[in-house]
Formats: sequence, structure tokens, C-alpha cells
Amino acid sequence: MGKFIRLKKGFTINLQGKAAPKVVDTDQPETFVIKPTDFQGLYIPKPVVNVGDTVKAGSPLFHDKKHENVMYTAPVSGEVVEVKRGEKRKLLEIKILADKKIEHEAFKKYSVSEIANLSAADIKTQLLTSGVWPSLIQRPFGVVADPAATPKAIHISAFDTHPLAPDYNILFKGQDQFFQAGVDILKKLTSGGVHVNTHSTTEISTVFSQIKGAEVNKFSGPHPAGCVGVQIHHLDPINKGDIVWTINPLGVTQIGKLFLQGIYDTSRVVALTGSEVKNPQYYKTYTGASVKKFIDGNLTNDHVRVISGNPLTGTAIGKDGHVGFFDHQISVLPEGDYAEFIGWITPGARKLSFHRSLGLFSFLSPGKERVVDTNTHGEPRAFVQSGVFEQVTPMDILPTHLLKSILAEDIDEMEALGIYEVIEEDLALCEFVDVSKHKVQEILREGLDLVQHS
Amino acid sequence: MDFLKHQIEKIKPHFEKGGKWERHYYSFEALETFLFAPATTNGIKGSQIRDAIDLKRLMMTVIISMVPCLLFGIWNVGHQHFMAIGQVSATLGEKFLVGAIQVLPVVVVSYGVGLGVEFIFATFRRHPVNEGFLVTGMLIPLVMPPDIPLWQVAVATVFAVIIGKEAFGGTGMNVVNIALTARAFLYFAYPTDISGDVWTYIGDAQTVAGYSGATPLSLAGDAATTGTNVIQSFNSFGAGWNEGVFTLSNLFMGIRPGSIGETSTLMCLIGAIILIATGAGSWKIIVSVFGGAYAMGLFLNLVGGNAYVEMPAHYHLVIGGLAFGAVFMATDPVTASQTETGKWVYGLLIGMFTVLIRVFNPAYPEGIMLAILLMNVFAPLIDYFVVSANKKRRLQRATV
Repeated sequence: MGKFIRLKKGFTINLQGKAAPKVVDTDQPETFVIKPTDFQGLYIPKPVVNVGDTVKAGSPLFHDKKHENVMYTAPVSGEVVEVKRGEKRKLLEIKILADKKIEHEAFKKYSVSEIANLSAADIKTQLLTSGVWPSLIQRPFGVVADPAATPKAIHISAFDTHPLAPDYNILFKGQDQFFQAGVDILKKLTSGGVHVNTHSTTEISTVFSQIKGAEVNKFSGPHPAGCVGVQIHHLDPINKGDIVWTINPLGVTQIGKLFLQGIYDTSRVVALTGSEVKNPQYYKTYTGASVKKFIDGNLTNDHVRVISGNPLTGTAIGKDGHVGFFDHQISVLPEGDYAEFIGWITPGARKLSFHRSLGLFSFLSPGKERVVDTNTHGEPRAFVQSGVFEQVTPMDILPTHLLKSILAEDIDEMEALGIYEVIEEDLALCEFVDVSKHKVQEILREGLDLVQHS
Repeated sequence: MDFLKHQIEKIKPHFEKGGKWERHYYSFEALETFLFAPATTNGIKGSQIRDAIDLKRLMMTVIISMVPCLLFGIWNVGHQHFMAIGQVSATLGEKFLVGAIQVLPVVVVSYGVGLGVEFIFATFRRHPVNEGFLVTGMLIPLVMPPDIPLWQVAVATVFAVIIGKEAFGGTGMNVVNIALTARAFLYFAYPTDISGDVWTYIGDAQTVAGYSGATPLSLAGDAATTGTNVIQSFNSFGAGWNEGVFTLSNLFMGIRPGSIGETSTLMCLIGAIILIATGAGSWKIIVSVFGGAYAMGLFLNLVGGNAYVEMPAHYHLVIGGLAFGAVFMATDPVTASQTETGKWVYGLLIGMFTVLIRVFNPAYPEGIMLAILLMNVFAPLIDYFVVSANKKRRLQRATV
């Protein structure tokens, strides 16, 4: 049976501009983009389409030179209008001008009883060609899963505790049948079980609670309780040599649809959030959508930063950017490029802080939603071991020592200190609370790259 | 404000790469960020938002926590001065004035010299000026005797910042507490000015009849050799000129001779409350230093031997600089143990060693300074064991 795990450490960042619980079905954006940079661990992505080609949803766009059988496919049907490359001809994005009506590439369809008899090899072939495969993320390192590997377990986090996070009950409403089929299929790919990790205090959608054949675990506590890495650490930690896969619920339902309906359906609900949005709400769209249609005329002012993903781990994409492959959320925050007169001492309850230092009173009203901008609020300085990293990391891991071992490029030490158990999102809060303004996530990725390629 | 900002923007290019004052960029940066929190924003990837805290604010919090000790210290220097010269009728204002004249120059010299060294190093080593010295600069005067020659403060500060910190790579890299390095330097370089009868500022005045510059620590040390009861000699001390100066309640309040800011256990506890409430100092270290000292005191009471050993354990917490060391020195995040478990061990050992050194080493009446310096050196070793235990748990899990 599932476990119940109570986490105490952490910090839930309570921001203004949560999405109202309604899903809007507006005109679809014109362009959709797949960015190879969304996927960790790609070696050399090679496009298989040219500008002017027409594609259907599920047609291959590119593959990686290291794993050529993993296809990255079009989220919608239409015409390829741009293959953008950067320095050293690195593939940055492939843009599709979408058809009004989405056409799908036809894959093999199965009934529920047929799914029960599928072999792992057949499943992998269908997942790999259709473009669903890259949703499977391998731990350690948080890279796209290696098709040749068999993970010791597959973990699905069924809630999100990031700032302004969307409600998964809205995101996956009515997807019960596809989620169940997805879990049934995933079970065949692992030597262990499938874990569905839910939140104990919020109402759990039947999509997750009624699931059969998976272990449903419950977690309580502040962010990062929703981060799958933290969950794995408490359920079945990753040791050296272990391989664990994670997948978000959208990927699971996409697998279900792929086998039940024979299509790669990337339709998804995305939350538009943030203090600078007039009407924060949910939109129905497809993977890689342009944000322009959603934010045009829907912002309170012009001086903003548009982020694909949440404010802790997201990527700034600009006002005509596109939502990332893994993101359920667009956050729009005020840009913080202003100098503040003696800003290092001015008191106030307006500024959000995990700390209680002189003049920072936000801890007095933890329930209050706050507006936070993108200012760094200070300059980079040397590490100060004030113990706050430990207070926001609900794992038996010493973040400061791990980060220092990365800076020292000491691979044995990184391994011993548990680098296999974490990726950026698990330590993102350390970056937020850091007095010395280190780029914790960037440092961690450098360490992961170093360990992986040594 | 806009005018000020405009002026800064105007001169900024001179300090940037290629400008005529390029080498002074970090001095400029220190002043600029002091006036204006910078307009920098977070990167494209990673955390797009940041906590409102920065190092300056954290350091300011620590400085605020020392203000009660400083103010009390200024008054106390004046008070002890007038008690020693027999002017019992001196007013509060007079006491503050005398104290301020003695204390403030020490503060100014400590900050001026220390920051000067910091800026010079920042210029030559090309690193930002760290805010750590804002705290060190306040700690140094508080552990100095009131009558310390200013040139000695300057020399000690230079020594502490260069040998104690910059030689090890700057802020965050030092092994031992910088303020204690300054004091230890004076202790060994100019022992006559920092031990013996130096704890009361006399000036040119004549001391009152019966005056003695002894401290509780020296009285207790004498008691060990003469065999008199420590409590009795405390309570009878000062008869005729400073009645009841070493009673338990007075020791706790801190109205007694001593270093400028370290006499009052009460003021240190107020500082401790500020540090703990704001999270700027580790409560584990503070509690465990007191706990360690008390436990060792109790243990020695049980063993017995001489009058000092048999002094009630709680007296150890209010005499000397134990409280000040526990609250402000031991908690220095750079030199303390950096793991949460390690902090307990580190604090306990400081407390225990302090009492051991006091009782069994007559050459060094004040144990806390040496105990903290000693444990600063051993803190990495404590951390090593805590970190190894963490690694071992991970390894064991893998083989199960």
C-alpha cells in the first residue's frame, strides 16, 4: 500500500496572481515550437524536416544523435516555418504554423484488454516513434530516458507546490481512463512499481485517487513536497547505479491516448498566472504554444517578464515566446531592473522573505499573497553558512557541502554527498533563499554534467 | 535621490573595464551598492525571483543585536570609572560622557583601520568588499579593555584582518574568528595592556582608598590557591568603595569592570534573543555553550579539589566573557561548525573547555577566548565526521 510521508522543511512561496479555476477555450495560437533545449542531456539534435515541409501531430521533427530511435515529434499539424539555429549551428527551435484543424499521424490502436498483453518491446517502439517518449525523465541527471534501460521504479508527482502552480485537478479533469491506461503501460517498463504521489491536504482528483495497479502515496508539507525528486528520496532513494524514471501526469495521459486512440495528442491545459496578468486563468491549447494570444491585452503593464514555467525554475521567454515542453504554466512577473535607495536596510512587510532579518516582516503574515519582481535584491557574495539551505531542503542531503564539492569539481565527493538524488528543481528553493545570491541551479547542473560525462 | 543616482551613473564608466579608475571598481561597487540596492535582475533560466535578504541586511541584524552591549558598555565604563575614583554622585550623563570618550574612538579606529585593509585587499585581489567586517569591526571594540591604547587596536585589527582572514582567501575562508584573533594577538603581544589591572578606566584621577582592579576570574583564581570560599570573596569584594560589585545579581547585570561590551550577561541575552528570533545566529550553538559550561561546572563541583573547582556552576555563566563569547563569537557562521549536528558538539565543547581552562590554567584567567579559538580550529574536523556519517548512510542504503 501507499505510504504517508510528512515533510516539515521547506517554504511555500505565496504569490499574487493564481489562476482562477476556469478553463478558457479561445482561438488557438498560430505558431507552436519545439525546443531541443527543453530536454536535458541531448548530444547533437538533428532536424529531419526543412522549412516548408508539412507535418502532422506526431510526425518527427528531430532526433538526437546519441539515441536516434527517440523521436521528437510535432505537437500540432501544419507547416514548418522556421528551423532556428544558434551558435555553432546548435538547433534551438523548430516552429510550426498550425492548421486550423489538427490532423494526427495514425499509430496502432489497442483495446484495454489488448494493452494487458502488450510486450515491453512493442510499447517502447510505439512510444519512441510517436514522440511521447521524451516525457520520460531519467534520474539521476534528469535527462530524457534511455530506451535500453529498465528503471527500478517509475514515479509520478500528481501535485505541484511551486509558486503559482496550476491545480492538477483542473489540468487533468476527465482524463481518468487515459491516465489508467498510461499507468498500465508504464508498469510493463519497470522492474519495480509505479508510484503516484499525491498531496494529503488538498482534494485529490479521482484521476489519481482511483488509480489501479499503482502505489498511491501521500505527502504533506510545504514546497518542495511536490518535487518528484524529494518524493523519491523518501519512498525509494536513488543510489549509485540505480535508474529511476519520472513522468508528469500529462505524459501519462498522452501514453494512454496513444494506445487507446492511436494518436499523439498534445492538447493540454496551461495556467496563465502572475501578478501582472489581468485575468489569470487556464487556457486549453497544445504543447509549445505561442504565449502571444494569451497575454495580448491581458497584462496590467508593459514592464514585465514572461516566464514559461513557474517563477522558481522557469525560463524567461519574452512576450512572443513559446511555452516549454514540460511546462503547464506561464508566469508574468514585474521586471525588477530598478535601483532602490538603501534597499538593503529599508524595512517593510511588502518584501517577501524566508528570513526574519532586520526589517523583513513578511513572516508575520505567511498567508498573504505577494507581488515579487525579478530583482536579485543584493549582490553575489561568498557562501555564508547560516543554515537556511538545510531548512528548505527536506532531504537527508547537505546542500552547502554538495554545492561546494561541485565548485571544487570533486566527482567522488559529489557522488558521496548524493548528487544522484537531485536535479535543479529539488534545490531551487536554496537559490531563492540564498543570502549570497548564488546561481544554485546552474551550479548543480554543472555538477550533474560533470558526473555524467566523466 | 534621483540626483544622487544620476551622479553615480555619471562616474560609473570611469570604474568599469577600460575606465581610468578601473582598479578601484570594487571599492566603487561597495559604495554604490551601499547607497542603492542594485538594479540587477535574475537570469533567463533558473530562479526568476529572489528572497529580499542580502548579506548587508543579515550583517546589520547582527550589529543591531550588539547595540545593547555597546550602550551598556559605554555607560558601564563611565560608571566603573567614577566608582574607582570615589565620585559616587556622578550623574547618568556624566557616566555616558566619560564612557563615550573612552569607547567611541576604539570603535572608530577598529572600523576605520579594518575597512581600510578590506578596501585595499579588494582593490588588489579584485574581489567585492564583503560585508563581514561590519560585524567584526563592532566585535573588536567590545572585547577590548576600556583603557586600551588606540594604536594597539589598530595594530591588532590589521593583524587580524590580514593574517586571520585575507591570508586564508578572504571573507568566508577564515579558519578562526577574526575579532578573537585581534584580541588573542594583543593578549600575547602586549600582555601588560590586556591583563591585570586594566579593566577599569582610571585616567589621570586618583583611585579611592581600598581600590582593587581584580576581576571575578582573578579572585576565583586566588581563592584556589588561598583556599578561601569563592562566593565569600565575591560578596565581600569592593567593600567601602564599590559595595556588592560581584554579587550574583550584579554579575548577571554586568555592572562590574571588564572588557567594554562583555560584562553584562543580561545584555548578551537580549542580543541572543535578537539573533535567535531573526535566525541570524544559531540557537543550537548558544544553548550548547551555556549548557556545556554549566555541565562542566557541575561535574567539577562533584569532583571537588580547591575553592575554584567548588564554585557553584552557575557562577561560571555570569563571570568573565562567557555569555558574550557564546552569543556573538561562537555563532560566527564562517568559523563555527557548519552542520546542524556539529553545532551541538562544537558549542558543548566550547563551554566545557572554557570552564576547564579557567579552573585549571592559572596562566589564562579568561577561558572563553582560547576555547573558541581552539574549537574554531576543530570545527572542520567535527563537520568531517558529520558529513562522513551522512555519506555512510547513503552507502549503507545502497548495499541493503
